[in-house]
Amino acid sequence: MASSGDTLTSSEYISHHLTNLTFGYHEGTDSWRFVDTSNGIMPADFGFWAIHVDTMLWSIGLGLFFIWLFKKVASTATSGVPGSVQNFVESIVEFVDDNVNSIFHYKNALIAPLALTIFIWIFLMNLMDLVPVDWVPFIAQEMGVGYMKMVPTTDPNATLGMAFSVFFLIVYYSIKQKGVGGFLAELSFMPLGKWFLPFNLFLEVVGLLAKPISLALRLFGNMYAGEMIFILIAMLPFWAQWLLSVPWALFHILVITLQAFIFMVLTIVYLAMAHDDH
Amino acid sequence: MNINLTIIGQAISFAIFVMICMKYVWPPITGALAERKKKIADGLDAADRAQRDLELAQEKAMSDMRKSKEEAAAVIEQANKRANQIVDEAKEKAREEANRLITAAKAEIDQEANRAKETLRAEVATLVVAGAEKILEASVDANAHAQLVEKLAAEL
Repeated sequence: MASSGDTLTSSEYISHHLTNLTFGYHEGTDSWRFVDTSNGIMPADFGFWAIHVDTMLWSIGLGLFFIWLFKKVASTATSGVPGSVQNFVESIVEFVDDNVNSIFHYKNALIAPLALTIFIWIFLMNLMDLVPVDWVPFIAQEMGVGYMKMVPTTDPNATLGMAFSVFFLIVYYSIKQKGVGGFLAELSFMPLGKWFLPFNLFLEVVGLLAKPISLALRLFGNMYAGEMIFILIAMLPFWAQWLLSVPWALFHILVITLQAFIFMVLTIVYLAMAHDDH
Repeated sequence: MNINLTIIGQAISFAIFVMICMKYVWPPITGALAERKKKIADGLDAADRAQRDLELAQEKAMSDMRKSKEEAAAVIEQANKRANQIVDEAKEKAREEANRLITAAKAEIDQEANRAKETLRAEVATLVVAGAEKILEASVDANAHAQLVEKLAAEL
């Protein structure tokens, strides 16, 4: 611990590790600036019009890595004997394709690439959780950047951003498949028939909104908790850390894959439901 | 943990990545996969067909071989027969030729003998005349005594 040197209490250490590198207009000091908790400039002071630079940087960087790797394979993809990278990428693509085909039975060219992007991107973002918690913040601090939270999926903005994109697609395809009237009818007359319209509407709207919220918070909660435990383990004496961090990291390999998979499958399921005509 | 602009930034980058993936990543890879699947299916088909062809060819080769063996046996038999026939014919011809030669030789021998006899007779006549001349110690008129000499010679 104590990567920032000096005397750092446990709660300061934890909150430092959980603070995003926020940039925006700070009203208190009337200036555009980064967050600086030690000088009383808290992330909450920035309001909505601020941005988490670390989240954006890591998520876009990992997204670019995903696009770069897969595009490299795609541009050289042959139907002959595949190389090892092509083989690896192909097995992922086939895995995603199988999942999409088994859940989603309509013709839609968007769903499979969407599922692939979700799966790989979230997996890569989650994977950053396995980088020892002090390394990157320490390097950032040496370079003069006070905060660096390198796992974008432990930032609810990132998960909500993706979940609301999925939500937008759910609404878009519901209306496209069934028309505005059909979509509203689905919200109003199910499950109890037209005499319970307000109740139905309330139930269905809550159910609809619960989809992106649960999608986002499930991923965020899992990754945040995992990150938290890594931080807590990092506060043990250095010679005892491996006893806990190694099993937790091994277990976490399962969690990060599973969470990426769940996000992908639920997205496919929700979009399949949006295409279903009742 | 504040909700701020990051949520919009993340949604935008998400949309961009999905679009890139949809346009440039997904189609080539699945295309290559489908093509390979087709190639493998074709290859297996071709292998099956080749197997069938091989079996047919083997069967045909076997029957061809059997047939040619039979033919060869027939040819050999015929050849043997013909060879025997030729030998017999040759023997027959040789015998005839030999007979003919022998007959001719015999005839020639007879002829030679007759001719020798004639010559001998003529010479004997001459000798007789010569001998008679010696005996008589006088020349005998050959023409006058020709008849006598002839008679002598015929008696010899």
